[in-house]
Amino acid sequence: MKTTSLTAALVLAASSTLAQQTGITLGMQLEPPHLDPTGAAAAAIDEVVYANIYEGLTRFGPDGSVLPALAESWEISDDGLSYTFTLRSGVTFHDGAAFTADDVAFSLDRARAEDSTNAQKALFAAIDDVNVIDDTTVEITLLDPDGALLFNLAWGDAIIIDDSDVETIQQNPIGTGPFKFDNWYQGDRIEISAYPDYWGEPAKLTQATFKFISDPTAAFAALMAGDIDAFPVFPAPENLPQFEADPRFSVIVGSTEGETILAMNNQNGPLADVKVREAIAHAIDRQAIIDGAMFGYGTPIGTHFAPHHPAYIDLTDLSEYDPEKSKALLAEAGYPDGFSTTLKLPPPSYARRGGEIVASQLRAVGIETEITNLEWAQWLEEVFRGKDFGLTIVSHTEPMDIGIYARPDYYFQYDDPAVQALVAGLAAVTDPEDRSAILKTVQETIARNYVNAYLFQLAKTGVADARIKGLWENSPTQANDLTAVYWEE
Amino acid sequence: MLRFALKRLVSLAAALVAASLVVFVAIEVIPGDPASYMLGINAQPETVAALRAQLGLDAGPVERYFTWVSGLLQGDLGTSYTYRTPVANIVADRLWVSLPLAIYALTLSTLIAFPVGIIAAARRGGTADLGIMGATQLGIAIPNFWFAMILVTVFAINLRWFSSGGFPGWDQGFLSGMKALTLPAISLALPQASILSRVMRSALIDMLDQDFMRTARAKGLTRGQALRRHALRNALIPVLTILGLQFSFLLAGAIIIENVFYLPGLGRLIFQAIAQRDLIVVESVVMILVFAVIFVTFLVDLAYAAVDPRLRAS
Repeated sequence: MKTTSLTAALVLAASSTLAQQTGITLGMQLEPPHLDPTGAAAAAIDEVVYANIYEGLTRFGPDGSVLPALAESWEISDDGLSYTFTLRSGVTFHDGAAFTADDVAFSLDRARAEDSTNAQKALFAAIDDVNVIDDTTVEITLLDPDGALLFNLAWGDAIIIDDSDVETIQQNPIGTGPFKFDNWYQGDRIEISAYPDYWGEPAKLTQATFKFISDPTAAFAALMAGDIDAFPVFPAPENLPQFEADPRFSVIVGSTEGETILAMNNQNGPLADVKVREAIAHAIDRQAIIDGAMFGYGTPIGTHFAPHHPAYIDLTDLSEYDPEKSKALLAEAGYPDGFSTTLKLPPPSYARRGGEIVASQLRAVGIETEITNLEWAQWLEEVFRGKDFGLTIVSHTEPMDIGIYARPDYYFQYDDPAVQALVAGLAAVTDPEDRSAILKTVQETIARNYVNAYLFQLAKTGVADARIKGLWENSPTQANDLTAVYWEE
Repeated sequence: MLRFALKRLVSLAAALVAASLVVFVAIEVIPGDPASYMLGINAQPETVAALRAQLGLDAGPVERYFTWVSGLLQGDLGTSYTYRTPVANIVADRLWVSLPLAIYALTLSTLIAFPVGIIAAARRGGTADLGIMGATQLGIAIPNFWFAMILVTVFAINLRWFSSGGFPGWDQGFLSGMKALTLPAISLALPQASILSRVMRSALIDMLDQDFMRTARAKGLTRGQALRRHALRNALIPVLTILGLQFSFLLAGAIIIENVFYLPGLGRLIFQAIAQRDLIVVESVVMILVFAVIFVTFLVDLAYAAVDPRLRAS
C-alpha cells in the first residue's frame, strides 16, 4: 500500500513537471521584413525584438511609463542641455561582447547620421553630441532642451547595438536583452530562447516562438487547434465572443497608441473651410462606427491624443453627433446641397469597414463620397506623399505623435503658427505639469479647428491560453514584451 | 526528336525574353515606393531619399532593367528590398515548400483520377459511372479553400491529428514535413482529381469506338482489359495536357491554400512582396514562374511526341 502511494506520488510529481510549460508560441499577423528596428518602420520588428532581444538606455513599461533599462540612472543639468547617464555594469551582448559606453555612442550616432535610414530619425534631432566619459558613463548634450529625450530613447528605434554586429543584425540580431535570437524560418516563424547571462531578472520562459499567420480564419483555427498559445493582437474582433465563452482562453482587451481618424485634406476645396470640417465632424456617429466596424472595441476620442495618457482631455463634446447642426453648418459655408469628395481607404478593416459607415453617415447630411480602396504602398504614395485625397481613414499608431500637427507639409496640411509655436516650445519644457498644460492646449486647438474628425482609440484585442500570465494588456508601444510572461499552474 | 526539342527550346527562350520585358514594365507602373513603405509615416523625406539611394532605386528604369536581366542571366536574382537578403535564397526556401506541395497534390490527384476515370469509362452509364460523375461534379464545384477549412476543422481542431497549418522545415524530418503538407495537398488535389478523372473518362470513351478497340475485343479481351491495354496510352494526350496545366497552377496558384494553412510557399511570398513593393522579389518570382510554366509546357510537348510518333514528324 505504502509503495503504491509512493509510486502514485512519484508519477504525479513527474507528470506535473512534464505539464509545467516553459515555452510559448505567439501568433502575429505580419512577418517582420528583417530584425533591425533602427532600419524600418514595420511594427512587426518591434513586436519580436523590443525588450526581448534588444534594449535601449530607457524603455517603456506596460503602462507606457519610461523606465531605466541599460541606463541605471541619469542626471539632467539645470539648463536641460546635458544628460549624464550611468550605465549598468556587467552587461553583455548575446555574443559575449561587453556592453560599454562606446556602444551607446555608436548606436546613437548611427541613428542620427546624415545617411541614416532610421524611420524615426526625428527622435534624435535635439542631440548635439554623445560623449563617452568612461566605460559606464555617457553624456548626451543637446542643441536645445528636449523634455521628451528620455521618452524618445525608449523607442525601439533607439536600441543599443554593438558596432561589430551592425552588418548582420538584420538577419541575426544580437542585443543585450533577456532573450537571444535562435532561428528564423522565413515565412513561418522566429524562435528565441532565454539568454543565460542576462544582467537583470531572468525571463521565466525558456523559449518563445513567433508564428506568422496573416489570414484571420487561419489565426482562429490555429488558436482553436492549440497550435499557438496566444495571439496578442488578434485580427478578427468578430471571433472574440467565441473565445470569451471558451474557458480555455482569456480575451485581453486593452488600448493602444492608435488614434483612428477621418483625416481631411485641409487644403482641398470645400475642406479648406473650417465650417465644412466642423460639419463633417458633427455628421459622424462614432459609436456606430465602433460597433459596426470594430464589433464594439474602441474608445471614442475627440482629439488626437490617447485617453489613457495623464494629459488627455475629453473633447468628444466638441464634435458630438448632430446631423442637423451639420446641415446648418454646410449651408452657412455655402454648400446647402452638400458637395462631393473622395474617401480613400487603406487595407485594415477599421478603414474598409469604417469607410462604408462614414460614407453613409456623410451622405445623410448631403456629402457624397467616392470610395477608393488602396493598398498600403499605394496609400502612402497617393494620399500620404501625393496629398491627392479629400478624406481618408487611418490609425496613427506612433506614441505621442501630436507633433505632426506642427508640420504644415504633413498629409492633412494643417498650417497653424499657433500650434507650431506650442509644439516647438514643448521641447524646451521638462516639468511634467507644464508639459501637460501645453499638451492640453494643443489638443483643444486642433479639436476646435476640426483639423480631422477624431473617431476612436484603437483597442488592443488579444487572445491567449487562460493559463498564460504577464502579457501586456495595453500597447504603449508595439511590442510583445515576454520578460514577465509565465504559465500559471 | 532532337530537332523537335531544339525548335521548342528556341521558342521557349524567345518567350522568356518577352516575358521579362512585360513583367518589368508591368511592375514598374504599379504606384507605390518601396522606401516609403518601409519607413512609414513618420520618416522624413531625407531619410526616404537615403534609403532609395541605398537600394539603388534612384537609377533610371532602363538601367535597372538591364542590371536585373544581366543578373538573371548569371543566376543572380538580386537582393530583396525588404528582407535585405539574396532573392535566390528566399525563393529557394519557398520552393522547398511549394514544389513538394505541388508534386504531392499532383500525385494524389493522379492516383485518384486514373482508377476512377478508368472505372467510370469501363462502366459507362452504370451506377458506378453515375456515382463518379456526381461526385466529381461536386469536387469541381466545392471551392478548395472551403474544403481546406473543413479539413482543418475536422482534423486539426476536433481530432487534433494534424496541426492547423505552418511548416516545420525539412530539417525537422521528412515525415513531419510531409505531415504538414498533407491537408493542404488533399485540398488542392480534390478539385484537380475531379477534373482529371472526367477528362480521363471521356478520353477513354472516345477510344472505345475506334477500330483497334473492336479488334482487341474480337481477340477476346474484355472491355476493361482492352481499355487498360490499348485505349489508355492513346487517352494520355488530353490527360497530359491537363496535368501540365495543373502543375503550373499548383505551383503559382496555391496562394489561397497557402494562406489557409499559413504555409511559407511561393504564392504567399509573391503576395507579400507585392504589398510591400519588394519589386525585385516580385519580378524575379514571376520570371521563375513564367519559366516553370513554359518549361512544363515544353516537357508536356516532349511527352506528346513520345506518346504519339506522328507529332514528331510535323
